[in-house]
Amino acid sequence: MSVIARPSTLQDAFDALDALPDAHLLAGGTDFMVEVNFGHRRPPAVVAIRRVPQLQGYEIRADEVDIGAAVTWTTIERELAGELPALAAAARTVGSPQMRNAATIGGNIATASPAGDGLPVLLAADATVVLASRQGERTVPFAGFVTGVKRTVLRPGEIITRVRVPRLTGPQEFLKVGTRNAMVISICCAALLVDRVGRTVRIGLGSVAPTPVRAPEAESYIGAEIDWDALFAPPEAVARFGELVRDAVRPITDHRGTAAYRSRAVQVIATRALERSLA
Amino acid sequence: MSDPDGGRGVSDALHDPTTADSRGGQRYPGSDGARDLPLETYVLSVNGRDLPVDDAWVGENLLYVLRERLGQPGSKNACEQGECGSCSVLMDGAVVASCCVLAADAVGSAITTVEGLTGEGELSDVQRAFIDQGAVQCGFCIPGMIVALTDLLDRSPGASELEMREAISGNLCRCTGYGRIFAAFRQVQQERAHARA
Repeated sequence: MSVIARPSTLQDAFDALDALPDAHLLAGGTDFMVEVNFGHRRPPAVVAIRRVPQLQGYEIRADEVDIGAAVTWTTIERELAGELPALAAAARTVGSPQMRNAATIGGNIATASPAGDGLPVLLAADATVVLASRQGERTVPFAGFVTGVKRTVLRPGEIITRVRVPRLTGPQEFLKVGTRNAMVISICCAALLVDRVGRTVRIGLGSVAPTPVRAPEAESYIGAEIDWDALFAPPEAVARFGELVRDAVRPITDHRGTAAYRSRAVQVIATRALERSLA
Repeated sequence: MSDPDGGRGVSDALHDPTTADSRGGQRYPGSDGARDLPLETYVLSVNGRDLPVDDAWVGENLLYVLRERLGQPGSKNACEQGECGSCSVLMDGAVVASCCVLAADAVGSAITTVEGLTGEGELSDVQRAFIDQGAVQCGFCIPGMIVALTDLLDRSPGASELEMREAISGNLCRCTGYGRIFAAFRQVQQERAHARA
C-alpha cells in the first residue's frame, strides 16, 4: 500500500487520514523536510494536502480576509499588502523567495514554532482558524491555538483549512531582529496593529516566549494615553509602552540570542513600531 | 522514457535507500540497517519529460531524486535546509529549494532544473552573461543563481537593483562573488531591453 496520499478533495484527505493514521500532514514542506533531511523525523506516511481546493485562494471581505491554509507567503506578500499590511510585511521576512514560494500560512500555524514569523501578526489581529475534520468544522481563535513550543489544539484527523484575519483601519508595523534581513530565524519580532475605530493598539511578539504572546498591560496603557483624533502620544508614554512590552515577555537564552538581549531588543522594536505608527 | 537518467548510470546502491548513501547527503533512516521502509513509485515531470521514479523512500527530497535517481546533477546540494539556494529549481513556474520539496509530492508539477533552461548544449543569455562577466568562481552556487535570476528576469524584466538583491537573498555565494553576478544580471537586462527596442 502506498504511504503517500495526494488528495484533491477534503473528503479524500479525511479518507487518507483514516487509511494512514500515522501520516504527517504536508503542505509546503519547508519545515518538515529539514527535519526529514537531517534524520530527526522518519515519516511512516504522508498526506500531502496542497491540492485540496478548500485550502486554496483568499477572499477579501469587508471586515476580514479569509485566507486558504495552502496560500503561500509569496501570495500574501504580493497580493495582500493593502488589506493586511503587517501580515504582508511579516511574509516578506519569511526565509528566502524560495521558501516563501513553498511555505504556507497554514503550515506556519501548524508548525507553531515560537519563531514563526506570521504568528505574532495573527495573534495581534485576533485572527481565527478554521479546522475541518470528518466530524465537521470548528472555528477557533488563534489566541489559544498554540499551546506550547510546536504544540497546538489541532486534533488527530483535523486539517487547518482557512485563516480569517480581521481588517483594521490604522497603521501596522512588523519588525524582526536577526543577523541579516533575509533568510533568518528571528531573535525576536513584533507586530503592532493600530485600530483607529476601536481605539486600541495591539502588539504580538515572537521568539520571546514558548508561544507568540500579546502584551495586554502595554496595550491598555498606551490605548489610554493616545490622543486618538491626532493619533499622537507623548514620548514618555511611548517609552513606557516599550518597558511594559519588555516586562510582558519571558524569553530564553539559546544559540540565536540571550534572554537579556531579547528583552532589550523587544523593547526597542516595540517602541520603534509605535513611534512609526503615531503622528 | 526508457532511459530517464540519460545513460549516466546512477548506481544501484544509490537507488536503494536502505543502503544509506553518503554522497547524496540526505540521511536515510535506513542507515541504521532497517529494511522495512515502504517504497513508492511515481512519475515526475522534469524539463518537459515524464520520468519514472521507482521504489523510492517516501521521505526523499526532490533534490536527491533529481540528482541521484534522475541523472540531473545540475542542482547542487549544500545545506539541505533551504538556507543556501544551490538546489533552486522552478516548480510550476516558482523558484523553490528542491531540498525542501518532498519528491513524492511533486507529482503533477512541472519541474524545471538548470539543465532544462535551454536545449542540450546551448547556453541561455543568463548563462552567457555569467561567462562574459566572469561571474563564476568556484561555481557551486551558480546553477541556483542562474535559476533564481532567470525567474526574476522573466517575471520582472525591469527589476530594480533592490529586487535583484532580494531575488537572490536566498542564494549564498561563499566566494562572495556577488558584484560580477549583479553585473551579469544587468547585462541580460540591457541585452533584452535592446532586443525589445
